[in-house]
Amino acid sequence: MFGILASVIDGILVGAVYGLAAMGLTLIWGVMNVINLAHGAIIVIGMFLLYIIVYSLGLHPYVAIPAMIVFGFLFGIVLYWIAVHRVIGQAELMSLLSTFAVNMVLIGLGTAVWSTSPYNVPVSMPSISLHGYTFTGTHITAAIMAVVIAGLLYVLLYHTRIGKAVRAVANNREAAELTGIPTTQVLAMAFGLGVALAGVSGTLIATLFPFTVLSGDAYQLKSFVVTVLGGLGNPAGALLGGVALGLIEGLATPFMPVSWIPVVEFGLFVFCLIAFPRGIFSFTKA
Amino acid sequence: MKRSLYLFAAAVLFAGGPALAQNTITIGFTASQTGALNNDSTAQMRGIELWKDHVNAKGGIKAGGKSYQVKLVSYDDESQNTRVQQLYTRLITQDNAQFLISPYSSGLVATAAVISEQYGKVMITTGGALEKTYKLGNKHLFQLYSGSTQYLAGALKALMQKDPKPSIAFVYENDPFSKAVTIAAREQAKKAGVTVAVDESYAGSTTDFSPVINKVISAKATALFGGGHYADGATLARQLHEQKAGLKWVTLLVAPDSPKFAELGDAANGISVPSQWEPQVTFKPDFGPTPAAFAKEFTDKFKIAPAYHAAGGYAAGLILQHAIEQANSIDPEKVTEVLNKMDVTTFFGHTKFSDDPKSHGLQVGHEMVLAQWQKKNGKLVKEIVWPDAAKTANVIY
Repeated sequence: MFGILASVIDGILVGAVYGLAAMGLTLIWGVMNVINLAHGAIIVIGMFLLYIIVYSLGLHPYVAIPAMIVFGFLFGIVLYWIAVHRVIGQAELMSLLSTFAVNMVLIGLGTAVWSTSPYNVPVSMPSISLHGYTFTGTHITAAIMAVVIAGLLYVLLYHTRIGKAVRAVANNREAAELTGIPTTQVLAMAFGLGVALAGVSGTLIATLFPFTVLSGDAYQLKSFVVTVLGGLGNPAGALLGGVALGLIEGLATPFMPVSWIPVVEFGLFVFCLIAFPRGIFSFTKA
Repeated sequence: MKRSLYLFAAAVLFAGGPALAQNTITIGFTASQTGALNNDSTAQMRGIELWKDHVNAKGGIKAGGKSYQVKLVSYDDESQNTRVQQLYTRLITQDNAQFLISPYSSGLVATAAVISEQYGKVMITTGGALEKTYKLGNKHLFQLYSGSTQYLAGALKALMQKDPKPSIAFVYENDPFSKAVTIAAREQAKKAGVTVAVDESYAGSTTDFSPVINKVISAKATALFGGGHYADGATLARQLHEQKAGLKWVTLLVAPDSPKFAELGDAANGISVPSQWEPQVTFKPDFGPTPAAFAKEFTDKFKIAPAYHAAGGYAAGLILQHAIEQANSIDPEKVTEVLNKMDVTTFFGHTKFSDDPKSHGLQVGHEMVLAQWQKKNGKLVKEIVWPDAAKTANVIY
């Protein structure tokens, strides 16, 4: 019986990190209507930043978190000007192709530098053992950090002028422009934020599991499922969606072979698209 | 005088050019330089390259009164079946490869075998243990590795020496090789009256094993057999350690054989792996290097110790070379005849291929060992723990 509870707790912990990864995707999608297919590659950048921080610079693994937020934000702004700015407002396929190309370039560069071998960054944290089941300190820390970062993003979006500007641009770019909001800068900043969030989630994931240059794909797919569950452009929804996904994974595993989990996940994805096209946890009105 | 010298030089080049070209033998293969199989496949490729360096330094392969320099043609198959299909066709039709060595992993070998057989090319397979591929009536395919049903048989025997009534969790990747290996072991375990506590397969891309490990803990398993390839196996080992799964015995396929596995630190300690070859084996080769000489030269060249994938790569070249030299011809049918009758020992161990038409080319001579990571003076080393005749240390249980 405790085994099921243990799986549920594990699911919630890892789900919070899925939620953080999806927040980056949902923010960009919600604000500028761009499906960022470089999302997985950016998650991988976060993973390798942890590797560099620990092995090349010899610093504590969690130093990588603020480092990734700063680096991800700046990298995102550069990426916005290079690959996204000119295709905003055009057919959605254009931004899809543009970010897919960025994805291929980043994966190609990563493969050239690190090959596709697995990398491992062991992070030692005290863990909690109950009834023979162990919850690792890294999982608990990652989940707490994910919730804190989501909270900070929420405050930024809903309780600051910058956040108001982002939401205004998301709702109606032309109207926002007429009120004097520098929409291009706001879009660049939102993209930077989205990239920083994806990168940080990658860094946190790398504290939990070994990774390769190609690991981003799996998390990108999960991010899509979470985004559909949580609704577009809603960070709280993304976090809840992530936790829900982790919970489903945790709850389903004791009762069915693990190879069936992707069937459940993507079955749910299709069901949500049909039944709740704006997301189960979407609080915005159509 | 100067002019006649030029003419002479031109004449020599003209006459010598085609003769030189004829004295080259082209051997084609693909390696997964990128993708999920990169780690083990790269080791295999390095083994092949080291063999080429050795054979060319010694004057090449000798057959029919000629010496053939080995020319390797290889491509990155990106760990994908579709690429293997395209690239082996290309190796045969455009690069004119006369002989082939397989890619790494059972899945890719099965794909390459369809192409090699279609064109009647001799292919030595290494890194392809799945037996099914050799039971399809192929005539020019020869397997170097022990078959997949052999993989966990030794681990099961070694475990039962320590605990006659273990409760085993089978947690394995759902690719053809890992499934075949684990299903065979599960049947062997059931026959021996062992409890099968968990039977779970997972996708190779799995990154979080926590739910499965909770299942293993709930089922009160005492041993775990499984894994698949490097990436998933390393992750599983790390999480088993972090979640303190309470297992007394863990045998994983493939991943722990790589020297890179030691990077996991304490998570690697005590993990065992069925191995086709280990540097400590003491086979007395009929030809080619000794195990120690191979291990030294490999380490000198690549600055990393060889594991069985690297040894398999070298041995594939060596066996092919021996077959061509014994046939005294580069005619594929003559080389096939020699391979059919081959019964030799190299640094890699005993090699003999089945000549039964129903399982032609299946390896019937080679035997596996069980290796285990053990901490000695604070440093992780891989020791042979089974069979007793070959062991270099007692098993940690």
